[in-house]
Amino acid sequence: MSNVKTFTNGFIKENPVFILLLGLCPTLGVTTSAINGLGMGLATTFVLFMANMVVSMVKKGIPDKVRIPAYIVIIASFVTIVDLAMAAYAFDLHRSLGLFIPLIVVNCVVLGRAEAFASKNNVVSSMVDGLGMGLGFTFALTLLGAVRELLGSNAIFNIKLVEADGMIVFVLAPGAFIALAYLIALMNKLSKK
Amino acid sequence: MAKKESTFVNMVLTLFLVCGIAAGALGYIYTITKEPIETAKKDFLYKQINVVVPGADQGEIGEPIEKEGLKFYVVKDNSGQVIGTAVESFTESGFSGRFDIIVGFDQDGKILDSNVLTHKETPGLGDKMSKDVAPWNEQFKEKDPASYKLIVKKDGGDVDAITAATISSRGYCDALQKAYDGYMKFKNEGGIK
Repeated sequence: MSNVKTFTNGFIKENPVFILLLGLCPTLGVTTSAINGLGMGLATTFVLFMANMVVSMVKKGIPDKVRIPAYIVIIASFVTIVDLAMAAYAFDLHRSLGLFIPLIVVNCVVLGRAEAFASKNNVVSSMVDGLGMGLGFTFALTLLGAVRELLGSNAIFNIKLVEADGMIVFVLAPGAFIALAYLIALMNKLSKK
Repeated sequence: MAKKESTFVNMVLTLFLVCGIAAGALGYIYTITKEPIETAKKDFLYKQINVVVPGADQGEIGEPIEKEGLKFYVVKDNSGQVIGTAVESFTESGFSGRFDIIVGFDQDGKILDSNVLTHKETPGLGDKMSKDVAPWNEQFKEKDPASYKLIVKKDGGDVDAITAATISSRGYCDALQKAYDGYMKFKNEGGIK
């Protein structure tokens, strides 16, 4: 499989959120606004990219039976690095995402790609896969966040469009499910053609 | 290079190595981000103190004094005159558990202003208690809790609750009351110097 195909795969055909339905905890949890979705997506992209790269580099040196704990340690380290770096250099974003950053460790997209892709492919295509998947995840989260923010608080990227209360249900947990379901339906419709 | 066999020695050694490298890397990142994180936290807190005790940025904010879970920051102007005290307070009875607020009091115990520091309340509803979201907490300005009942109107007090977020409003009042009680005790014990 060519690298270009690997990259676009993560974006559309195997989009982690819309098609694979992986990593739904942060997807539903943080997307109350577009900026939160974007921040979470980029943090996850970094972890995916780095974890995929390192896992594919060390895969031969890790005995099969202990590969899961080894991968988890690698992933958890990168998540902690993101957590610390964000607290240091993007404090406001860290305040609104803080609770969810440590949860990237157990985001099934990350371990899923390490196990299903990086442990079987070379370094370059693993990096491309991590980047594609990560950006696909970012795209999905930003889109979902934008839809929920627009309907729920009449704003987009924190810019108020109409001075009125929105449909609050979209900012709450049930709205996350509703908005995601409609987006998935739309994606299915579009990709069928 | 052939894949490593899953022998006992191999597994132990590999995991040991992976964890060792991860620990080293995290330790290093921690030391370089420690200072920026502390500065960012302090900047944020000082910005909030300036909100609740206007003019604090031109004066001097004292070292925090901790008492019974509350933190007191005595604020002086350039000539050494006390202009107010910022109190970090909290409540356990928010809609999603604990949240922290900061309140400024003048010398007579009147509320100068207040704001939320960290919270997990519902976006679109309970988060209106934060100044960044809605002007709700302006109603406490210039109020003296000795005569002004810090209880929502529904329960027989003087406070207009946030529509559809009575529990968050009650929590905010609880935190304010705690701050006031603590502040009066602090003042009477001669804590303001």
